[in-house]
Amino acid sequence: MTLIALLWCIAAWLGLSVFAVVVARTAIVGTIVYAACLAIGMLGLSAGLEHLIAATAPAETIILPLGLPWLGANFRLDNLSAFFVLVVDLGAATASLYALGYGRHESEQHRVLPFYPAFLAAMNLVVLADDAFTFLVSWELMSLVSWALVVAHHHDRENIRAGYVYLLMASFGTVALLLAFGLLAGPEGSYAFAELRLHPPSETLAAAVLALTIVGTGSKAGLIPLHVWLPLAHPAAPSHVSALMSGVMTKVAVYAFIRIVFTFLGPPQWWWALPVLIAGAASAVIGVLYALNQSDLKKLLAYSTIDNIGVIFIGLGLALAFQTNALGAAAALAMAAALLHVFNHALFKSLLFFGAGAVLTSTGERNLERLGGLIHTMPVTAFLFLLASMAICALPPLNGFVSEWLTFQAVLISPQLPQWSLRLIVPAVGAMLALAAALTAACFVKAFGFAFLGRPRSDVAKRAVETDTFSLAGMFSLGALCLFIGILPGFVIDRLAPVTQFLLSARLPVQADVPWLSIIPISEGRSSYNGLLVFLFILISSLGAVLVIHTFASRKVRRSAAWDCGFPDPRPVTQYSADSFVQPLRRVYGTLVFLAREKVQMPTPGEMSPARFTVTMQDLAWRLIYSPIVHAVEFSAERLNVLQFMTIRRYLALVFSALIFLLIVLASWT
Amino acid sequence: MRHDLFFDVAHLLAGGLVLMSFLMLYQDRLYALINVFAGHAIVLTLSVAWQAYVQDAPHLYVTAFIALGFKAIIIPIALHRIVERLGIHREIETVLNIGLTMLGGIGLVALSVVVMLRVAPGGDPLAREDLAFALSVVLLGLLMMVSRRNAVSQVIGFMSLENGLILAATGAKGMPLVVEISVAFSVLIAFIVIGIFLFRIRERFDTVDIQALDSFRGEIE
Amino acid sequence: MDLIQPLIVQGAQMFLALALAPALIGFVRKVKAQLLRRRGPPILQPYRDLIRLLRKDVVLADNASWLFRAAPYMVFAGTWVAAALVPTFASGLMFSWSADLVAIIALLGSARFFLALAGLDVGTSFGGIGSSREVMIASLAEPALIVIVFTMALLAGSTQLSTIASFMASNDVGIRISLGMALIALLIVALAENARIPVDNPATHLELTMVHEAMVLEYSGRHLALMEFAAWLQLLLYLSLIGCMFAPWGLTTASTNPGGYLVGLAAYILKLIAGGMVLGLFEVVIAKMRVFRVPEFVGVALMLALLATLLRYVSSSQ
Repeated sequence: MTLIALLWCIAAWLGLSVFAVVVARTAIVGTIVYAACLAIGMLGLSAGLEHLIAATAPAETIILPLGLPWLGANFRLDNLSAFFVLVVDLGAATASLYALGYGRHESEQHRVLPFYPAFLAAMNLVVLADDAFTFLVSWELMSLVSWALVVAHHHDRENIRAGYVYLLMASFGTVALLLAFGLLAGPEGSYAFAELRLHPPSETLAAAVLALTIVGTGSKAGLIPLHVWLPLAHPAAPSHVSALMSGVMTKVAVYAFIRIVFTFLGPPQWWWALPVLIAGAASAVIGVLYALNQSDLKKLLAYSTIDNIGVIFIGLGLALAFQTNALGAAAALAMAAALLHVFNHALFKSLLFFGAGAVLTSTGERNLERLGGLIHTMPVTAFLFLLASMAICALPPLNGFVSEWLTFQAVLISPQLPQWSLRLIVPAVGAMLALAAALTAACFVKAFGFAFLGRPRSDVAKRAVETDTFSLAGMFSLGALCLFIGILPGFVIDRLAPVTQFLLSARLPVQADVPWLSIIPISEGRSSYNGLLVFLFILISSLGAVLVIHTFASRKVRRSAAWDCGFPDPRPVTQYSADSFVQPLRRVYGTLVFLAREKVQMPTPGEMSPARFTVTMQDLAWRLIYSPIVHAVEFSAERLNVLQFMTIRRYLALVFSALIFLLIVLASWT
Repeated sequence: MRHDLFFDVAHLLAGGLVLMSFLMLYQDRLYALINVFAGHAIVLTLSVAWQAYVQDAPHLYVTAFIALGFKAIIIPIALHRIVERLGIHREIETVLNIGLTMLGGIGLVALSVVVMLRVAPGGDPLAREDLAFALSVVLLGLLMMVSRRNAVSQVIGFMSLENGLILAATGAKGMPLVVEISVAFSVLIAFIVIGIFLFRIRERFDTVDIQALDSFRGEIE
Repeated sequence: MDLIQPLIVQGAQMFLALALAPALIGFVRKVKAQLLRRRGPPILQPYRDLIRLLRKDVVLADNASWLFRAAPYMVFAGTWVAAALVPTFASGLMFSWSADLVAIIALLGSARFFLALAGLDVGTSFGGIGSSREVMIASLAEPALIVIVFTMALLAGSTQLSTIASFMASNDVGIRISLGMALIALLIVALAENARIPVDNPATHLELTMVHEAMVLEYSGRHLALMEFAAWLQLLLYLSLIGCMFAPWGLTTASTNPGGYLVGLAAYILKLIAGGMVLGLFEVVIAKMRVFRVPEFVGVALMLALLATLLRYVSSSQ
């Protein structure tokens, strides 16, 4: 029943898309579309939640007479897809709520509205698909529609380039997945997932499928070095779509990874964890280092998505490692940590993009060097952005901390692993995770501090006004969820149990039984955390301090000019800039990771020219991987150019020889 | 219990030697580097003396005495004087930055641990760890030599490498006295001789180089 | 009855931390002054400073926001809660299970997050430079601390501080090189996080040297008092942490008789005195580092901690 409801939701979204194409240019249509999307999203959300809460609900399947004639379009709702339906539709609902307000400021409405509902439908379809054909078609639909949204603002050349790179990388990822499914199905196998589950591939084949899956889903999720499109494409889209792409679409890729690796490949080999862990750790650290060096607020957020995807993949890698060695409870812990981070990241990254969107509509600026002081003019947005920043920095008592804490706990079980290389690499991965967490804090001190604090650095920042109520409502619902999960994580962890049970046949202890609403992942003597108490302690001690000081000491306030060591300068240029803020960090990490070089040109005394300070940084992924590929493609294209200028007879000869070649291959095929 | 204590102290001293090697990698001043090297030698002396006491092998006291006399006292003093007299720039020029070098050092320690565990899978785990420490000290000494431009620090890298060899030799029980002493002495002398030769040559080139740079800068202005 | 006694012990530890933090800083200052042949202010001077600051009006910069006014309370609350969860004289506290060592570090991280934001709020150049350097130092110190926790947790099989403390107090620990490395790393981190001398000089107002002072430059009156108090609490916290993990002698468990508590208290105060003396001596004999030498210094802590963890992983194979 639930599955049918979900399919109706998808159909409604697709219908809404068609409707929007027809009447896209009327003013009221935006409100209608977003309101409808919100309603459908809520419906889908409750359907997913219902399936997940009824923990013993059996998987539902449906075959629709679409797609390949002998296969049909298979759909299935099991615990894993129910969880991801929840993530997708929660993102969809809040983004639609936010867009009710934000969409009114949209200049290219007719280029956004038709694609937006289709995008939501496509993401749901991927999660529900139960055969390779439907899956890939939905996957490609998701890519194409989001591409259309990325290039909605096509007057900006940057966006066109972003769209181009995105399209290339998305096609590349799909090809990898196509090959992966081809290998899984074998020469005469079926493409239905039910068949794939029953016939796991041989060991070598599984390794190839794993590699293709990492490439295919990693390129969508933004694993380094397949991340290059992400920081270009995500910020280019309108902010509610950016939120969906960063917060939700990357999670769909995570879903695909889990689906293929944990349910189709059979029992894992121990070394499978290695590439996943290494890619995850590298993405976590390098992603946040990139984010630190951005001055564009939305780009910064996009790069930080790479960091969080890295954290999720670390959890998945640990789950693989534990599963190989039959450490069921540990695998469940790592998997629960990864899934919880999937959920948390969807919440706070969407909220952050909403906040960035509010800043963008209010000031027209995304450049941190031209913002500042918005906390005075946009206090609610500032507060919610601060909340999300704290959550993403893994500060207690918010939700980001809970998932990082669980990941750390999973890392600490790793001495039980028998393999040497895993044992040596896991503590290093743990250190990288800690490093990424600390750098994230620096990154979001910068993001919040330079967008919202200080003095306005431009006129537009000075004239900013608070954003509209719908946008605030969308942000507020996400912020409340962040706080709720942070304070009462046990409820959510219990909801994850059916998923880990489904994937690993193991689960964490029931957290609802733990007294005082603490969470205990392994055993009481080992580790526990109580978000509620930590929250209450902080609340009581800070309020107590306020009360005591205001009652017994002083409560007077005088306003005056800033002190600044006696030399206050009224010009806002004299503030610290976002770029100078990261200069020490760039010197410590950037010289290594980005080959960052600083050059100071001082004019000789008496000369009137200004002094110059230049920083050069290189993206090693571009330099070492992509540029050579581009050169190779250009080179071969150059060589193949002659093919365009041949006579018809030669073309025929070409086609004929290709046919003969294929026939020979077929003849020699055993 | 008593055996545990013996072992714990030996283990601690061996680990301490690795720690001192790391401290040497961290230094960016010549004098400080020489002092840390003296500390390195003192830890080695303690370690060897402890082995002598535990294994009840008086000949090891000789080795300890040599380590103390030569490496902890005479050579550091001599190096101090030379650095002072020749007026070598006191900041060490590193090829790689210090953080990266230390990261490489961690990798080397991990590598030596894995190698030792692979080579001797069945042996006493504690003895294996000691051997792993000794190998780490040797590798860290080599790392120091390749990551420093200055000749003095290269010599110090050489000698810390050799300290690692002595650590390995004394840890292995049952090595005959003659072999041990001759190995210790020949290695010691060979390295000192080679070290000093190298030092003289490199030292000359380096100082000439630096002076040339200085005068070049002067001319431009 | 069996609920009230632990509650009292927990509360006593919370307020003990508050009561002792100014005395500790006064003691460190006294030690430093005496070593420099000065007489130095009395040990109780920090209390007087606190009271004096609390009584004064707050002078706020014109464009200071609500965050600027809330930050001192958040910093103070975060540090205090963290300090209350570290065993001082008795382990196995009533609420010690509500946050393990990782959570305590994260709580300190929350306090630092607000501190760094407060430095940026007024929009001055000094605040910015302070915040910028603070996050740079923290970006190395915090992972180092987490990796130290890994080492201890691998040894004790728990991230709960009470469990670690009682494990370290038991006899089956032995001398372990990884413990020594973790201790050195923890000492370096403690120096860096508390803005002590080789990293930052708490006694200057010179823009080239200051990190912590630069961030709180715009604060005055009760806000400044809270910020200073939080910094002192953090120093106490680190000394308690080192004490309960590496010198757990005299730490009583929660269920012993009142006499045990007195012994624990005396041992704790002795530990603080010893720690304060060592710190004072160290600060007198060492010179402040260049800012860009600091990452290397703190990086050493990270490397040592990593090495210690690595060795723990190797040893746990037996």
